[in-house]
Amino acid sequence: MNSNDIDKIELSGTKAKGQRPWFLQDKQTEQVLSIAMALATELAVTRERLATLEAVLQQQHILTADAIEAYRPSSAEVAKRSEAIQQYWAQILRVVQQDKEALSAGDKSMEQLQAELTSR
Amino acid sequence: MSQNKTLPSWRALTSHEVMPEANHDDVARLNVLTHLNYHLGSRVLPGVKQAFEQHVKPAFVAQQQREPETRHEIRQAMLQNGYFQFWSALRRSAMEMRHQTGRIVALRQADALSAQVAALNASAPHSLALDATVQVPANISEVDIHCQPGCYYQEYFEADVTVAASYDVGLFVTTAGLLGGLSDGGGQAIVNWLALQHPDFKPKRILDIGCTIGHNIVPLAQAFPDAEVIAIDVARPCLRYAHARAVALGVSNISFVQANGEDLPQFADESFDLITTAMFWHETSHSAMPNILRTINRLLKPGGLTLHLEQPQYHQMGLYEQFIRDWDTYFNNEPYWGPMHDLDLPAMLSQAGFNAADMFDVGVRAKVDERIFGKREAGESGEDYGRAPVWNAFGLWKKP
Repeated sequence: MNSNDIDKIELSGTKAKGQRPWFLQDKQTEQVLSIAMALATELAVTRERLATLEAVLQQQHILTADAIEAYRPSSAEVAKRSEAIQQYWAQILRVVQQDKEALSAGDKSMEQLQAELTSR
Repeated sequence: MSQNKTLPSWRALTSHEVMPEANHDDVARLNVLTHLNYHLGSRVLPGVKQAFEQHVKPAFVAQQQREPETRHEIRQAMLQNGYFQFWSALRRSAMEMRHQTGRIVALRQADALSAQVAALNASAPHSLALDATVQVPANISEVDIHCQPGCYYQEYFEADVTVAASYDVGLFVTTAGLLGGLSDGGGQAIVNWLALQHPDFKPKRILDIGCTIGHNIVPLAQAFPDAEVIAIDVARPCLRYAHARAVALGVSNISFVQANGEDLPQFADESFDLITTAMFWHETSHSAMPNILRTINRLLKPGGLTLHLEQPQYHQMGLYEQFIRDWDTYFNNEPYWGPMHDLDLPAMLSQAGFNAADMFDVGVRAKVDERIFGKREAGESGEDYGRAPVWNAFGLWKKP
């Protein structure tokens, strides 16, 4: 027997057995978040493919599909990419970082500031 | 964190014959998800503690006129906090993406992998013993542990190894390579500890319970090449894959046997010098654990050692750390994680017939090639609790 009878696309993303917790107050919002994270992942994958393409072009001045598949980044490049990906995630998740900073920022609301700035 | 750490590429993993082939974009995806986990652990997670200290705890104290007294009270209060909700949603999503990515890679070449595994297994037919009568216990069949679809045991067609291969591919994403090139940092840690602490101990017969893909028992088999090693699990796809993987790595002294550690009538009393588990207990259950410990006691020779690699027990840490480590219990399909880390281990060993006074407890770290995988200190920024390769090993020497 072989795998001809199974739906590999469906099985790749199949649910783990066990009830899934939803953390955000609105389930649909969390689903949108999940989709956004998957899109972000795919954009990063595309960026990495482009990085490889550029590297290959630079090295060989010729582009073939094989050349991209066979390409292995050097350790220096891996380090560079590692840094780029860290920056990338920080960009995507800016809203969370800023929420973390706001925890201790003691920011005032515009209404509060308006009241203070116009009270005299 | 002032300095960015650079993380290794998934390509740094040691290739072996049954590891699925990952193409350019698979590797990119695995690396991006690895970095996502690292980002969540090092930059987002510290905010969860801030949210607790600065918002949730003061509100709890104001309302209850006392501090939280259990990790469960902390969890209930934190579940109402937006920052914790968001970190949790991202962490869960990252785990699901890891599994999907590993499964895409493994399923795409499911037939080739299955054939490759079958060919390697046929080259050493006497060291793999599958037994269709072995039932998958409820603690495995009721929930897919750490959100791994199909858990360790599901077969999608005859002779399928997809779940095992996908596990081998994806482990790196959660641990950022900290388990080493063959994801065997746990097994290497045991070998290293034995070499340093008990250089004269030369076990002749070794049993590993719950071996999954055999990644942690291979280093022990290599360290003791004259020993007869038996690795058991209930999961057929894992055993097939583990055996082929060991053969591919040139290891011929391990027999992989489909069996449930709760009762091993095929093995004689006092017939093993060393009995190990690695990251096993938190995936079992209250009903199975005493039976397995009793079996270990029966099988262990006087003068022999039983050693278990685990996450640290909760009583050794503060309430916040308990709470954050307990995330996996409720939100990562690890229902036994928390209850297991609450257990009184000496009492459990005593009930199984061991002398609890003989139990020892040591901290061990993964031993990996730091030139490739870098060095990570316990407690440094970036430690993702429950995911760092810093373990508590407990065990005992059975008195002769």
